[in-house]
Amino acid sequence: MLRHAVQRLLLAVPVMFGVLLVGFLLMQVVPTDPAVVRAGPNASAEIIEAIRRDLGLDKPLWLQFFLYLGRLAQGDLGVSIINNVPVAQELGTTIGPTLELMVASLVWSIPLGLFLGTIGAYWRGSLIDRAVMAISVAGVSVPVFFLGLVLIWVVGFQWQWLPFTGREGPLWTWQGLRAVILPAITLGGVFVGPVARMTRTAVLDVLGADHVRTARAKGLPERIVVLRHALRNAMVPVVTLIGLQIGFLLGGAVVTETVFSWPGVGRLAVGAILSSDFPMAQGTIIVLSLGFILVNLTVDLLYGVLDPRVRAA
Amino acid sequence: MTPLLEIQGLRTVFRSANGDIAAVDGVDLTVPRGRTLGIVGESGCGKSMLSLSVMRLVPPPGRVAAGRVLLEGRDLLTLSTAEMRAVRGGQVAMIFQEPMTSLNPVHPIGLQITEAMRAHDPRASAAELRDRAIAALERVRIPAPARRYDEFPHQLSGGMRQRVMIAMALACKPKLLIADEPTTALDVTVQAQILDLLRDLQQETGMSIILITHDLGVVAEMADEVAVMYAGRVAERASARDLFGSPQHPYTLGLLGSVPRLDEDRERLLAIEGAVPPPFALPQGCRFHPRCPFAIEACTKAQPPLEAIEPGHLAACIRAPVESAVELTP
Ligand SMILES: Nc1ncnc2c1ncn2[C@@H]1O[C@H](COP(=O)(O)OP(=O)(O)OP(=O)(O)O)[C@@H](O)[C@H]1O
Ligand code: SF4
Ligand SMILES: [Mg+2]
Repeated sequence: MLRHAVQRLLLAVPVMFGVLLVGFLLMQVVPTDPAVVRAGPNASAEIIEAIRRDLGLDKPLWLQFFLYLGRLAQGDLGVSIINNVPVAQELGTTIGPTLELMVASLVWSIPLGLFLGTIGAYWRGSLIDRAVMAISVAGVSVPVFFLGLVLIWVVGFQWQWLPFTGREGPLWTWQGLRAVILPAITLGGVFVGPVARMTRTAVLDVLGADHVRTARAKGLPERIVVLRHALRNAMVPVVTLIGLQIGFLLGGAVVTETVFSWPGVGRLAVGAILSSDFPMAQGTIIVLSLGFILVNLTVDLLYGVLDPRVRAA
Repeated sequence: MTPLLEIQGLRTVFRSANGDIAAVDGVDLTVPRGRTLGIVGESGCGKSMLSLSVMRLVPPPGRVAAGRVLLEGRDLLTLSTAEMRAVRGGQVAMIFQEPMTSLNPVHPIGLQITEAMRAHDPRASAAELRDRAIAALERVRIPAPARRYDEFPHQLSGGMRQRVMIAMALACKPKLLIADEPTTALDVTVQAQILDLLRDLQQETGMSIILITHDLGVVAEMADEVAVMYAGRVAERASARDLFGSPQHPYTLGLLGSVPRLDEDRERLLAIEGAVPPPFALPQGCRFHPRCPFAIEACTKAQPPLEAIEPGHLAACIRAPVESAVELTP
């Protein structure tokens, strides 16, 4: 188990390096010259040149990359071109809300997806099963922004039940909790379908396995047969598949945050890209990629926890 | 004394586009107390469907369509789901052919034994169940049972896993153990050990065993009574001594002919050609006639009933007893 974990961690290092390299190169290929942007519209050529030297932009590319890595290591992600705020500081204040939104979305959508997929598989071909399939197809095909806008229009605007712009405090306060409900339904809502579909397939597969027949031959109640001997085994592939969907979920978070003006990394990224604030955009991309890598790492480790055969290896 | 288990007119079918297809078609069997009934037959003749029917575990789209399964006079087919659950693993337990896949790979074997016990004895404490499970592992001669208790199936060999299956099956002291090809997947030495173990455990507990196999050698060694199945029906039924001493059905003769017998110089003219017909393509009349060296015109007309040739020795063949038939064959 420990070896498995260390192995996975070591594998994540080159991936992280690749992400940083891509983030760095992205800055090189954008058509805008940061020195020009920084200097402002009326600056003279000398001033621009001075700023370029100041930013190290006159040095060779490989050296720039290592200088950049050095700054990163010190937590220096540059400053916003737009308002001179340090990127690291902006990221620091937006990561929390993004994590909040993620947790609030996953905490209900994954259990619901597991539940729907399991009952669909157990009563395969029944009305329940067809309803589950319909829900998951709908969940896969409805775009995040559309679901978000409908919720804002109906629940927020027409019925005025819940707030729909921005965050109103931490999750454990009543106001904060109310504010996260609609964004969390939006982002979680598009996740229920895929989870239900993957769970249904995996549980269906396990229900036909020999060990399930053994469990029934022992006289176990169906509840235990399904939970302990079907769903529990199905979790091994399902967790992997959920991990693969996390990129999709991050994309959904960007859209959800934008639609609901949720002050997270996703909205920060969109704002930065729209205003050509490259250091800021780069910072958000690094953070989102890091999140992606971390989630995959967690999934890999979970896989080891769930499957004793992997654990032993 | 009533027999422990009596199967009457059992019919198990699979629903298909062309109507029901019978995998088990009118089987009558009796399992005496404390004895072993061997069921033999080639692959696909319905042995597993028969045993799963007794457990009411026939996988859909299959179902038991007719018949009675009387356990000490109580028809299992009419029990409620909850009552049947109490029977499974309680009075009737079952072990399967594939020890590799019959245990759940993600749970330690200790849990898989104790959950069977808990299902039938919900009030037992965790510590008590643990002790009982370790004792059960010890009874099936698993070395270092306390350590094995926390191990996972992949850490055990095939033979050890089958022992765990047996320990699990016997956890609640069933009156009947159904063993569906328990040793087919194991190599020969392990096979012999498992059979020895089953025999010893039967002696200790007095349980009855239904032993399903396509290995006549295993039946000869283990069974008191034998039923030979062919294409979903019983072809011949007798005590092991009578069946091997004076087989009456041409199919049995064929099966015996396909066992190499060095002690006899009888010619092996009786080895059977062809394969068991699938349940959706059964021939008219006697189901064995396309492969039967003794077949005559009348065999293609009507299905011969299972009839007593001598007391306690039944065969479903219009030409039985075959001593005379052998002479009749040109
Ligand atoms: N799901 C199914 N649908 C239709 N027919 C089936 C199904 N499962 C089994 N059968 C049929 O039932 C018949 C009996 O199968 P069964 O598994 O009982 O044979 P068996 O005697 O146990 O053979 P083996 O020695 O290979 O285990 C087979 O001929 C098979 O065609
Ligand atoms: S009834 Fe006829 S075909 Fe069937 S086993 Fe007897 S001799 Fe053979
Ligand atoms: Mg079988």
